[in-house]
Amino acid sequence: MDFVQNLPFFGIVAALFFGVLCSVVHRRAAEILTYLLLGFEVVASILVLLFVIRTGTSFTYMMGHFPAPWGNEIRAGIFECFTAFFFSATMLLALVGGRKHIYHEVESTKVNLYYTMACLLLSSILALIYTNDLFTAYVFVEINTLSAAGLIMTKRSGKAIAAATKYMVMSLLGSALFLMGICTTYDITGHLLMSNIKEAMAALHASGQYAVPISVIIGLMSIGLAIKSALYPFHTWLPDAHGSASVSTSAILSALVSEVYMFLLIKIFYRVIGWDVVQDNKIMNVLYLFGIIAMLMGSIHALRESDIKQMIAYSSIAQFGYIFMGIGLGTAFGMQAAAFHLFAHASGKALVFIAQAGLADANGGDRRIVALKGTAHKNPIAGITFTVGAFSMVGIPFFAGFISKYNFATAALYSPNKIVITLVTLAISTVLNAIYFLRVVLRIYSPIEDKKPVIRSGFAFGLAVTVMAIGNIALGVFGSNVMEYIISGLKMFG
Amino acid sequence: MIGLFNNLEATTAIIVFGIGFTTLMLNRNMIKKIIGFDMMDCGMYLFLASKGYIEGRLAPIVVNGVTDMDAYINPIPAGLVLTGIVVSVSVSAVMLSLTIRLYRKYHTLDIDEIMMRAREEGDDE
Repeated sequence: MDFVQNLPFFGIVAALFFGVLCSVVHRRAAEILTYLLLGFEVVASILVLLFVIRTGTSFTYMMGHFPAPWGNEIRAGIFECFTAFFFSATMLLALVGGRKHIYHEVESTKVNLYYTMACLLLSSILALIYTNDLFTAYVFVEINTLSAAGLIMTKRSGKAIAAATKYMVMSLLGSALFLMGICTTYDITGHLLMSNIKEAMAALHASGQYAVPISVIIGLMSIGLAIKSALYPFHTWLPDAHGSASVSTSAILSALVSEVYMFLLIKIFYRVIGWDVVQDNKIMNVLYLFGIIAMLMGSIHALRESDIKQMIAYSSIAQFGYIFMGIGLGTAFGMQAAAFHLFAHASGKALVFIAQAGLADANGGDRRIVALKGTAHKNPIAGITFTVGAFSMVGIPFFAGFISKYNFATAALYSPNKIVITLVTLAISTVLNAIYFLRVVLRIYSPIEDKKPVIRSGFAFGLAVTVMAIGNIALGVFGSNVMEYIISGLKMFG
Repeated sequence: MIGLFNNLEATTAIIVFGIGFTTLMLNRNMIKKIIGFDMMDCGMYLFLASKGYIEGRLAPIVVNGVTDMDAYINPIPAGLVLTGIVVSVSVSAVMLSLTIRLYRKYHTLDIDEIMMRAREEGDDE
């Protein structure tokens, strides 16, 4: 066994350990520890990714010396490693970019606890990405919920606590349905490891037994994870949570926490239930319908918002709709498009959230869109990077969002029943995106007389947003190469 | 219909789960919401435990040197229930502490009223 194969497991345990460590050290030390940890995760996932690409197959890593049907396992393939790399890098940049705000908004004696929560969140994200065991996935889903709630309530205002409570309630409903799905799966298959469940599922599907419970399982898991990732009718917690959270938290919530559940759903469809079984099921059409509604309603809500952060939050809901629509298309192409959009959205949305904070700072922290007039002149780097993020969200060529919209449109062509609705909704949603994002871009660049006060948001902020903007453009330019890896990664899933 | 009575534990479990789920979702009182959450999880544990039980066998603890597999029930659901209890205890603790914070600030347990007043007061302390 190669040493590299240990790294996913080390990464998860190191994140848990650093989280505990951060709770007892000084805030500066906690910050440095978290950056070190995230740097380690980025390097480790690149190493594992290179290893997997070189060997051409995924590997499983046995934990606790119990072999396959009994023990617990970690599994790493191209898609997992790339997601781990991308999510840890995004989290690092989000924390670096919002660093100043964390110090302002969190009580000074409790900053280290913010980083504790960030480390725990990272460990749960990595565990959800790598795990090969369904019950482990449930446990880390709960850890994810608790640490995300911790990140939301860092401000001392009553609003933040109320938002965290609302988030917890919605999340608990989601994870209960997810757990019910796991229990039923265990009940009819007798396994908890994903590979074993898949074999049993395929046998059940072939013999036609338990057709109803299998539908129930797909429904429970889809709806459970959809509630947790804020699909449209279940989105009510999201705007409140964003309204009161710190910028880093907002970026992490939108780009990572919600998306890791969608990653888990894709993983469950491929690795637990099996793609053939899922394709035959009508639940996919429900997901598709919800996705379509979310694409429109998220954008319409965003259009009506006057607060820029809330507007971006509602735009996230629309973007999650794209991903669920892609999954709901029920074809391999739709799934690939959805998988790519995970990354396109994560890079664009984290960038927009962080850059928005720079713009609002240039204006004394006023987040109303009306008040942002001309702020790009005062804080040029935030202006440019916000524009990059906005262009990506709208789907302008050479930015990541364009590639994913193109992918969705191509994927739609392969599902004859859904082609018209998908293309029309994509067009309407793109127009709405363009209206509300370009409205902001025009406003921040509208001429003002007093261009003098150039706000320096600090080196960390500039570095983070620049790297994120370059990353987004790179994803847009080399989209087809990334797509190839995603396709081979999804093949490894199956 | 007969199936419901043959699987009495599972039926009960799902009813308890449903009561808890609706309470957590619809009740406005925070404490009742938390009680609902605990009921929901209890329903789930009952479901799991009943699935692991096999009529006429013993708890999976080796006594008198009997190591035959057929003598004992399936221990894995019990392990899962234990893990689940740990999770639900910690979640209840967090929810209760949030409720205490909210009650100290707003002097009410009604989540709708709390949300309304939180929105009005805005971002300040």
